[in-house]
Amino acid sequence: MPSPHLVLSLLLVLCFALAAWLQPRQAAWAGSHAEASSLLELLLGDSRRLFASHFFTKADIYLHSGYYPSIFDAQDVHERPHITQQKGRPDEHEHKVGAHAGEDYGFFGPPRDWLDRFSRYFYPSRHTHLESGPGQGEVLPWLRLSTWLDPHRVESYTVAAYWLRQHLRRPQAAVELLREAWRANPDSPEILFELGRAFADLHDDARARNVWELGLRKWRAQQQARQQPDLFVYQELVGCLAALEQRQGRNTEALRCLEMLKAVSPHPAAIQKQIDKLREGQH
Amino acid sequence: MSAIWAIATVVIKELYRRKDFYVLFVLTALITLLMGSLHFFSDEQVVRYLKEICLLLIWVSALVIAITTAARQIPAERENRTIFPLLAKPVSRAQVILGKFLGCWLACGLALVVFYLFFGVVSAAREHAWPLASYFQALWLHWCLLAIVVALALGGSLVFAAPSSNATICFAVCLGILLVGRHLNKVALGLPEPSQTLLYAVYFAIPHLELFDVRQLIIHDWGLIAWPVWAAATAYAAAYTAFFLLAAWLVFRRKPLS
Repeated sequence: MPSPHLVLSLLLVLCFALAAWLQPRQAAWAGSHAEASSLLELLLGDSRRLFASHFFTKADIYLHSGYYPSIFDAQDVHERPHITQQKGRPDEHEHKVGAHAGEDYGFFGPPRDWLDRFSRYFYPSRHTHLESGPGQGEVLPWLRLSTWLDPHRVESYTVAAYWLRQHLRRPQAAVELLREAWRANPDSPEILFELGRAFADLHDDARARNVWELGLRKWRAQQQARQQPDLFVYQELVGCLAALEQRQGRNTEALRCLEMLKAVSPHPAAIQKQIDKLREGQH
Repeated sequence: MSAIWAIATVVIKELYRRKDFYVLFVLTALITLLMGSLHFFSDEQVVRYLKEICLLLIWVSALVIAITTAARQIPAERENRTIFPLLAKPVSRAQVILGKFLGCWLACGLALVVFYLFFGVVSAAREHAWPLASYFQALWLHWCLLAIVVALALGGSLVFAAPSSNATICFAVCLGILLVGRHLNKVALGLPEPSQTLLYAVYFAIPHLELFDVRQLIIHDWGLIAWPVWAAATAYAAAYTAFFLLAAWLVFRRKPLS
């Protein structure tokens, strides 16, 4: 029987040799965590996207002060959170939800039985939005957690930036957040649009124009070849550029932008009126 | 009554001798303070996320304390053979059940007071407000829920062979009711007969633990629940607690102890 110390040393050498042999192979395997860029990515893997999505929904729940349908109730809110509508994207569900809001029962519909009626005293059952007053910043922790978990979830950044800029009047904080978003998503026209809005709020028109023009170029590179391009961001970019040029007295540029906007706008007559007004002003 | 109280005090002493409560409280405090140390866009006013996390931890801890404490009471007495001298005092089996229930429930109440005090201090540190009536309603309703859970776990300890299996089943039942209990009627309405009637019957039969979960009202400062409604919820909890205690006694009175 060899000495136990000798066996232990032999096993230690064997372990070291195996580790040295396996490590480069393990690093080369597909799906290896060695490429993870952050601790969160290493710990949670792709599931962090699910958590990011959940936290984004959580922000929408906070927007409603806890009044929110479950998966057994209205599905439309889950498909299109109100916090996104708040940011300005028009939505076909808005009127439907608005109709709910006008009624007493909201998302949940009328009570189905006495127990259902009784249970509504114990959870928020009135539709409200955190649009004014104290507590407007309450949605931000969940949006920030969402951006930490999934830096490629553009919507979390743009909604958080909108909320900082529009409701909390902190455009500088929005700029800082959007710079981080831009580093993670360099080709996103949505981030560039929101960044331009934040610069415009800071009265930095030159930077606003630059990022909006860059946003337009990015949009064209990504969307123009598509059969059904996402026209919303394009309309927003062109509309804001037109307003900026008009404000700075560069009417030729403003007219060019308005013509571009008219081509895709659902209300071309209204845009034509603006064009006519601007032309009259030129003469 | 003195026999019931004597048994109850032993259970309460057991809670503060064991480490469960301290561990859960320290974990709750640590996680809450860690989350509280995070600053989101340097906004010091933001507090609701912290209240939500703290209340979630309190709920998990309270459920763990209630179920694990109640589930091991009678099996431990039987295993250690202390049930025989206890019943020879003389103490009736009904008094044992009531004493064990009262002890577990009061122990949970004490733990809840400490947890909610911590919650109140954390909230007040950020909000600079003490909505004491709302906190009292939340604590009371939470305690009422724990009465049902303790009675359920005590009854389960007489039916299931091991405390671990009883605790697991109680956790599954409680979480199931808390998560989907409120929605069973909606699911039932989408089913064909006779499944619809059966599920609707289950919906009315189960104790609706989610009624006592007023965390969203507390987190988002919705104000007080009407006191008559609060009293009705208390009566609802009392009825289900009595039902589970009676069922436990019916099983226990004919159960061989050896």
